[in-house]
This record gives sequence, C-alpha cells and structure tokens, in this order.
Amino acid sequence: MGTPEPVLAGVGNTILVLSGKGGVGKSTAAVQLAATLRAKGHRVGVLDVDLCGPSIPRMLGVEGRDVLTTPEGKWVPVSVDEEERLKVLSVAFFLDSKNDAVIWRGPKKNAMIKQLLTSVVWNVDYLIIDTPPGTSDEHISVMENIRQAPVLGAVLVTTPQMVAVDDVTRELTFCRRTGISILGIIENMSGFVCPTCSECSNILASGGGEQLAEKAKVTFLGRIPIDPTLSRCTEEGLNYIDKFANSPICQIYHSIITKLTRQTDEEMEVEK
Amino acid sequence: MGIKTLVSSRRSVKDCPGTNSQDAGKADACAGCPNQQVCASGAAAAPDPDLAVVRERLASVKNKVLVLSGKGGVGKSTVSAMLGRALALDDSKEVGILDIDICGPSQPRVLGAAEEKVHSSGAGWSPVYVSDNLAVMSIGFLLNSADDAVIWRGPKKNGMIKQFLRDVDWGALDYLVVDTPPGTSDEHLSIVQYLSAAPPVAAVVVTTPQEVALLDVRKEITFCRKVNIPIIGLVENMTTFVCPKCKTKTAIFPATTGGGPQLAEDTGVPLLGQLPLDPRVAQACDEGTNILTQEPDAAVTQAYKDIANKIKEYCEAQSQEAT
Repeated sequence: MGTPEPVLAGVGNTILVLSGKGGVGKSTAAVQLAATLRAKGHRVGVLDVDLCGPSIPRMLGVEGRDVLTTPEGKWVPVSVDEEERLKVLSVAFFLDSKNDAVIWRGPKKNAMIKQLLTSVVWNVDYLIIDTPPGTSDEHISVMENIRQAPVLGAVLVTTPQMVAVDDVTRELTFCRRTGISILGIIENMSGFVCPTCSECSNILASGGGEQLAEKAKVTFLGRIPIDPTLSRCTEEGLNYIDKFANSPICQIYHSIITKLTRQTDEEMEVEK
Repeated sequence: MGIKTLVSSRRSVKDCPGTNSQDAGKADACAGCPNQQVCASGAAAAPDPDLAVVRERLASVKNKVLVLSGKGGVGKSTVSAMLGRALALDDSKEVGILDIDICGPSQPRVLGAAEEKVHSSGAGWSPVYVSDNLAVMSIGFLLNSADDAVIWRGPKKNGMIKQFLRDVDWGALDYLVVDTPPGTSDEHLSIVQYLSAAPPVAAVVVTTPQEVALLDVRKEITFCRKVNIPIIGLVENMTTFVCPKCKTKTAIFPATTGGGPQLAEDTGVPLLGQLPLDPRVAQACDEGTNILTQEPDAAVTQAYKDIANKIKEYCEAQSQEAT
C-alpha cells in the first residue's frame, strides 16, 4: 500500500473560480485572471475540471495539443507561451475530436478529478481552477481533495440578473459549508455600450452582483462590461490581457488581481 | 493508480463502452477504471422496477420535449419557459414544465412562482399551476429558503429526478417540457433512461452563436445520438443585440465558426429559429412575467411563437406516423 498522492504538488497558491450558474463567464474570467497574473510576472497554471464542457484549451489557443507524461507517469500540462509561464490541463486534450463527449456519471468524474489534482507536474506560483456550473460531484470532489493544499479561496462569478444571483447565492452556501474562503464576487456582462451611439444597455439586468456581495458580506471585486472584443479573443484563443493592455477591462482585472494577491504578497514580505 | 491508467487515459476517456453495454467492465479500456468491478458484476445494468411506474404515470403525457444544451447560460431555462408559455397560449392544450436542474433550479423564478410550495395528496405531488393550463415542478419549490444549496452527488440527484417522474400528478398533458442543467452527465443519462420507458420523447438543443458554446453543443448532439433521442431541432439564442436607441445591430457573441446555422448544417439537425438578445427577456425572467403577452409585437415574441409552432408540427407528425 503506497503513500497517498500529494495534492496540487508544485503549486504555490490556488484560486477556485466558481459560480453555480452556467454561462456567466467562469472560464473567461479564469483565463483573464491567469493571463493577468502572468502579465505581473508570475508562473500560472489553469486546471479545467469542467469534464463535460471543457472550454479552456480553445480560449488559450492550444486546442488539439498533446499532453505528455513523465517517466513516473505524471501529466505535464500544456504550455501556452514559450517561456512556460502559462500552462493548462483539461480533459479536452484527451478527446480525439470536437464531437467526442464525456458522458460519465458521478463516480467516474470523481476519479478523473482526483487524477487531475494529484498527477500533474505544475511548477507554478498560482493555479486557477475553472469549474463547471453547479454544486455537485465535481465541486464536492475538488473540495474533498484540496483540503490539505494551500488554497487562497474562491472567486465567484455572476451576471447581474436575479436568475444568476439565485444560483450564486447557493454557491456561497456551498463555500461556507465546505469551509473555503470566499475571496469575492465578480459581476460579469455588466452592461453593454453600443459602439455607435455609446448608449449603455443593461442586457442582463443590473446591480445583482453588487447587491449580493453586500448582502452576503463578501468583497465586491469588480464589474466587467460586455465587450465583443473580449468574446472574440476567447473565441480565437488570443491573449486579451496582452493585446488590449490599456483597455478598461484589463485595468479591472489588474485591480482584481491586486486585491486577491495582496494577502499573499504581504505574507511573502513577512517571510523575507 | 498505476502508470497503465495514466498512459491509457486517452483511451479510457474515449473508449468507455458505457455502463449499460454487454462489455461493461470487460473491455480493454476498462482496465484501471475505478468503476470496473461494479460494471463487470452487472450491477450497473440491472433493470429498475420504477421504470414501469414512470411509464404508467407518464402514459397520459402525449409529448415530452427535452431542452438540452451542454453549454451553460445559453438560455435553456428561458427557452423552456417561453416554449411552455407559447404552447399554453392555445388554451385547449395542457402544458407542463419539469425542471430537473437540481443544483440551479430557475423555473420558479422565471415563471413567477418563486414563493409557491408543492402539495402532496393520495394521487401524488401536485405541480404548481402558473396559469390554468401551465403547470411546473422544480426542486426549487421544495427548498426552505433561497440560500439553501443542494449539494448532492449524482446518485442522489438521480433519485430526485426519478421521484419527480414517478410521483408528480400531472394529469393529462399535451406537452411536457423538461428543462435540464448544462452538461452530459447524471441528470441527462437518468432523464433519458426514464423517459425512454415512456415514449415519445424528443429534444430541442439550444446554443448561442460563439464557438465556445458550439464546442459543448456538438457534444450534446453526440449524446442525443448515442442514447437514441431524436432531435427536433436547434435553437440559436442571443443571435444579435439591437440597440434600443440607435438600432445598430451588434453580434455580442460572434459566430466565428458559423454559429447555429453552420452547426445545424454540419450535424444535419434542423435550425428551428434564431432568437435576438432583448433586455426585456432577462427582465421578464427576473420578474416572472410573460413577455409573450406583455410585448406581443417584439421580434423575440414572434420568434418564440414560430419555434413553438414547429415543435407542435413535429409532434403532430410523429403521432400521425405512430397511428
């Protein structure tokens, strides 16, 4: 009987991106958070535990790449950049074609997630874990497995409308029950400014995220407007944070990362 | 876990024979899978006695329409509710909406019934009526407060879905619209398993235009084909946004790989319709109001009615073929 596999070996700190609601931009936010951390000089990994709908490889422009294994049998995440400061692992890399579906019940998903958490050679300062919507097998398995690892906490993503806030409220309950720190709430798709007349339309309502943060007494990290340019970058696997470094959205992500990493930076100063 | 598992991970993901297959637990790809023993013992494929009960309960439901996506946030719940409302505009029809999104149940809010509770009687659970001929059932009605989270693994979710199908007293329905969560997992396998005992059942697949959505929706179409659920068609939601002030059209979710129309062509699935992004829809869903009656002239209202008509035509054609 061997010793249990270490969880998240080679990872400095972990941030989970959760929602409860689908389609609010968890994967998009996870990618932008990772890209921003990289822009600030850190080595970053992105772990995609959405087994049914793995989006991260496409968003990072590394669809179709192969995952190599070490002689010990560990997975080597795919590097997005030449300097190997942004890496990703996703079940998408294990599928032969875009039509292949992972049609698994809970127990098989749990086994895969445990492997993704224990059998990877990361060597990163920060790991961002992107999750599927809900509060089920994937989430319970991740929480159970990462108890002993250094986890900063969870960032929750919502859109402004109540239908989303309802689900994210439940996700907050999930975080509290499983003992994970809530780092804050991002309100995504918060308004759209018409490119012609600059009229701002609240396509998906307004204010829900901020109200939820206030009610739940958690940090409101920021409001991110709808930007078709950002949508296009995630579609085409381009690095929005590098290409549009002066955009308002990029500034917002920089300020979010500053808030999230302030605690770690202070701790590192104390250690020095 | 040995090296064999890790090296063969690509094979085991793709080549799983399926827990109900004759080769379950016995195929090459099963080596190293944590479920291998369960599958090989045949326990996973044993017949479920409740299937007969479900069949009897649903015998009076003429047509079951599964609303699926694979991708979250494309508007499955919105489309389910709007289709339910559109089908119920004909007051000679009885319509039900079953919400099997156990973790994120949206129908109570979307249909304006968030405060309602479910009652049970000798005949089973009574669904909540949002109008004379439109009834809905959701786990949302069973939760004590809005903060309550349903943190359940797959088997418990399956149990709830089976209970909904076995115990809800719908009465005679012309249409049962089933709203599903995103993905291709327990809920989807279970609903297909149970509804296949009580045909006819068919699927409507919802997408948004961008490739990131199509990636997941392609997998959902694969799922439908693997489990033999016919697909009525594909609905593309959030196609374009029209600025209410200057009427400029913007593709907020760009169709970089051809969107719903291209996917429909590639997969041989009919395109049922394309729905514009109208802020009044999100507002109506938040407030639980019926945009079809409040904004009868809106483009999105007409688009929903057209899609509902196509579904009606499909169902009528299927029932004529059966007789």
